Amino acid sequence: MTMSVIMNEDKSETGIKLTEQQQRARRARSIAIAVSLGVLVILFYIVTLVKGPGVLNRPL
Amino acid sequence: MLKTTASEFDPAAGAAAPARWQDYVQLLKPRVMSLVIFTALTGMVCASAPLNPVLAGMSILCIAVGAGASGALNMWYDADIDERMTRTAARPIPSGRVAPGEALAFGLTLAVFAVVVLGLLVNVAAAALLALTIAFYVLVYTMWLKRSTPQNIVIGGAAGALPPAIGWAAATGGLAIEPIVLFLIIFFWTPPHFWALSLYRTEDYLRAGIPMLPVVAGEAETRRQILLYSLVLAPLGVAPWFLGYTGPLYAVVAIAAGAVIVALALRVRGEQSGHAASKQMFAFSILYLFLLFATLLVDWAAGGLFGRFAA
Repeated sequence: MTMSVIMNEDKSETGIKLTEQQQRARRARSIAIAVSLGVLVILFYIVTLVKGPGVLNRPL
Repeated sequence: MLKTTASEFDPAAGAAAPARWQDYVQLLKPRVMSLVIFTALTGMVCASAPLNPVLAGMSILCIAVGAGASGALNMWYDADIDERMTRTAARPIPSGRVAPGEALAFGLTLAVFAVVVLGLLVNVAAAALLALTIAFYVLVYTMWLKRSTPQNIVIGGAAGALPPAIGWAAATGGLAIEPIVLFLIIFFWTPPHFWALSLYRTEDYLRAGIPMLPVVAGEAETRRQILLYSLVLAPLGVAPWFLGYTGPLYAVVAIAAGAVIVALALRVRGEQSGHAASKQMFAFSILYLFLLFATLLVDWAAGGLFGRFAA
């Protein structure tokens, strides 16, 4: 399947148009990134509880 | 009218199927990752330092993600080699399911997050070692040595040997002789392990233009080198007991496994035709490393019981 994107001469529709499949892939990626960030927030929260206040205050 | 194709960034371009989540898991080289987790855990446990279980889990997670990132970056850089080798041709990039740029972004993001999170939540020493491991594997091994010298896996093996040291550093914030001994065991284990594989995959490496030892120096020299490294590895495997870090259970397992690996290396050395001994050597080398590290864990879990018997 050859994907070709037509840059429309109409200024309002310039740029790359994603296919159905690409839009689905983008949505899946967005969800994966959101879930990863959520997990990271939870992990930092748990570790903050474990280590107590001043989690970033450490000697190098 | 300006026309441009989207094939460069289109994961569904050509005849390839679109990427599934399993392809991204495959980019992380899960089997290598499992060995990294196992050896890092052993290093962490052997440190016998009071490490909070949550922080221990975080450390293992970061080390695993860092190892996965290395795998993804390796597959990004080696896509041209991978498509020429039967063993690797079905990987996500050469098969067209994942675009190279995606794998690069995926690997870089995971690498940065793994190092930063380990540094912020656990300690800077472990994070620095993890960063060194990833950089060594990707920059020194993958980009430089792999295509240029038959010593590629010897020197590059240092990256695979570092996880126990990262685990130890995560637990203690520093290094000591024990993790260095564990490092040396994996370091000297790597060449016989990979050369045994390369003996019966020579054609693959030849086609891909990788200067593995059998391709450059021939089978006889490779077999000789496998034996030499095995002769160093076997006593090194016993070193943790000899230095007094483990009990007699470990000594028995390490001596027995070392004897088997030397015996197999001798068979590989004497093999005139076929590769039955090389295949056995490759298979047993995996078991060898697993046995040694599993026994270290058991020894620790026994709470020094075996050590007290020895004393």
